Amino acid sequence: MPASLNITAAKVEPALLDLPWSAPLDSWPDETIAALPKGISRHLVRFANLSGYVVAIKETNEEMARREYEMLRTLQRLDIPCVEPVAVITNRHTEDGAVLQSALVTRHLKFSMPYRALYSRSMRPDTAVRLVDALAVLMVRLHIVGFFWGDVSLSNTLFRRDAGAFAAYLVDAETGQLYQGGLSNGQRENDLEIARVNIAGELFDLEAGGRLEEGIDPVEVSNGIVEQYRMLWKELTSAETFASNERWRISQRVERLNRLGFDIEELAIKTDEGGTTVRIQPKVVDAGHHSRRLLRLTGLDAGENQARRLLNDHDSFAARRGLEDADEEQVAHQWLSTVFEPVIRSIPRELRGKLEAAEMFHQLLDHRWYLSQDQNRDIPLAEALTSYVDNVLRHRRDEATIIEPPTGAITLPTAAQLEEDEPQPGSWRDKV
Amino acid sequence: MASVTFDKATRLYPGSTRPAVDSLDLDVADGEFLVLVGPSGCGKSTSLRMLAGLEEVNDGAIRIGERDVTDVPPKDRDIAMVFQNYALYPHMTVAENMGFALKIAGVGKEERATRVLEAAKLLDLEPYLDRKPKALSGGQRQRVAMGRAIVRQPQVFLMDEPLSNLDAKLRVQTRTQIASLQRRLGVTTVYVTHDQTEALTMGDRIAVLKDGILQQVGTPRDLYESPANVFVAGFIGSPAMNLFVADLTDGGIRFGTGVAALDRDVQAATNLSQVTVGVRPEDLVVSTTGEGLQVQVDLVEELGADGYLYGHADVAGNRVDVVARVDGRAHPNAGESVFITPEPKHIHAFDLESGQRLTRAIHA
Repeated sequence: MPASLNITAAKVEPALLDLPWSAPLDSWPDETIAALPKGISRHLVRFANLSGYVVAIKETNEEMARREYEMLRTLQRLDIPCVEPVAVITNRHTEDGAVLQSALVTRHLKFSMPYRALYSRSMRPDTAVRLVDALAVLMVRLHIVGFFWGDVSLSNTLFRRDAGAFAAYLVDAETGQLYQGGLSNGQRENDLEIARVNIAGELFDLEAGGRLEEGIDPVEVSNGIVEQYRMLWKELTSAETFASNERWRISQRVERLNRLGFDIEELAIKTDEGGTTVRIQPKVVDAGHHSRRLLRLTGLDAGENQARRLLNDHDSFAARRGLEDADEEQVAHQWLSTVFEPVIRSIPRELRGKLEAAEMFHQLLDHRWYLSQDQNRDIPLAEALTSYVDNVLRHRRDEATIIEPPTGAITLPTAAQLEEDEPQPGSWRDKV
Repeated sequence: MASVTFDKATRLYPGSTRPAVDSLDLDVADGEFLVLVGPSGCGKSTSLRMLAGLEEVNDGAIRIGERDVTDVPPKDRDIAMVFQNYALYPHMTVAENMGFALKIAGVGKEERATRVLEAAKLLDLEPYLDRKPKALSGGQRQRVAMGRAIVRQPQVFLMDEPLSNLDAKLRVQTRTQIASLQRRLGVTTVYVTHDQTEALTMGDRIAVLKDGILQQVGTPRDLYESPANVFVAGFIGSPAMNLFVADLTDGGIRFGTGVAALDRDVQAATNLSQVTVGVRPEDLVVSTTGEGLQVQVDLVEELGADGYLYGHADVAGNRVDVVARVDGRAHPNAGESVFITPEPKHIHAFDLESGQRLTRAIHA
């Protein structure tokens, strides 16, 4: 490897030097490459194993690699869920001195998956809708901090299971730009339109590959993002005015935002001169209302919906034991040591890595509910756990880092493999 | 198809005192390819985003055709941002890739097929309509991506540095393709680049911006031959025009040991005793008479038939870098000292203070 190789990294990662940087990414040996399903990318993206975790490597020009690296770091500082930038590799050369493209290395989040890994044979309608809902939340959060994405799509997002829903993480910030003064309505609308078209395209593609369950209308599902986004945006940012004797509406607004998973950090409250009306508008909102509460009470780090689910269980635990008025932190400690931890400890060690602990706990609660419905009796948690481990968990794939055959991604404009495609039966006219 | 008008369009970012785009007046004719060019931060991308509806217009108006679109949302402006997204879908055929956005827009099947076929013919993609993207070459894939924009039949195409992430070879190829395709389609196009070569080779007309202010708009030839001010003179052309301060004398300007003739009206147009003089490298001649500006040759870059001489001279005690085009076979060598003189017809003079052009426009 020529000595001139240049690595910019936030953390010291000596194993980075072991990757074969002197070869073009498309010719890296199989033992280096991790097979992961991925989205559709403009650039060549491959995954490699790096000291126990998986990194995504994207070849691009130096300026863009650096720009995206910095952008991801900024987004992380702004508490936006996104992939972790690991390094920028520049000054790459082959053994005989030919110049190679720069590379951006990002860390693949544990338990996060591309949308193409979220179905076994074909994508189900409820999965598609949940993905779109998760993406809407991510978009709203990005827009609130002034980030114009420019290429919103399912492919540019990773999804993590979150107690029956999904949490979305930004993967590709290449086209994005951060605006200090916030985004204009036109920019937000444009991102929304890009999202709508891209999601429909991605679902049409699944349909063309026979991977979309019948009855799903890609256009209808993709239109869902517009509705979901607008609802959230309005709740999080709009001003409301009411008579000054209706002050309960302030706490109502706060509760509504909490239910959506947000905390209000700053609320502007204005009264008119006569003091007859009050106008309120959230100024700073923070995602993660339930996650934060769970973390504060129990030290558990979980997704927003997982946290909501665990907190519900915690609250009903308190009610069952008549502890509603006891110190919340003490109750939480009891719940943790008598409910949550024993459950997780009872799961056979070899199965524990399949899902996040909070996700397993959520699934267990769901499983117990279904069993109880079925058998028309209250199933004790221990009994439900045995059934869940044997009938559900044991048969699930390991989702920490999914290894599956990669899907055929098309890279543009670098790739140029020429192979003949079988002509499709019927005319293209039937398909446009 | 339609014309585009920026009518004193202004964009002032919150918290900023100087507009990012300041009272931009610009008319783009129906079917024209207009390039917005300038250095980073000049307001070219902001102007394009104002036209796209992504930036608020704080003052003035923007019209597409006769329609005032200043407050119209982006998707209702009937414009297409080309190359916004290169992604092609691997399981869909070329035809599906090109036409799916029409499906979303609710365009009927017959109409979709007609538009896809038309676009495919224009892009030489007709034989591939039934193929999947993986069976296409890199260039063909790019044309499919363009096809996605074309089938929408927008009034205006907008392109913001579309070639910036391509390697040098593909950039030159794609540049030519875009320019020729735009001419075949005849769709009004506004194209943003920081690269003056791209601007010169692609645009019908070029608008040069600096600090949010339009400096000059004209054909590539206009800008090259008659730059309106020192900034345009230095920005357009590669290698750049030689620019230095020279004393006015009777009948012209002091040029080393000699005097270079200038329009009479230049002297009348300024009350200063000096001007900024500009001469393009190809308009400098190595003199055999020992008259002119004495230049110390630092380097000669041979490019086959031609070459460029890079050197420096002393003008009134200041070091001035000089570039001159020379014969590729017979040229002075590094270390030598030569005298150069300008072609009298191709001397540009600019006001020392305002930077504005003093010489009459040169007509080719």
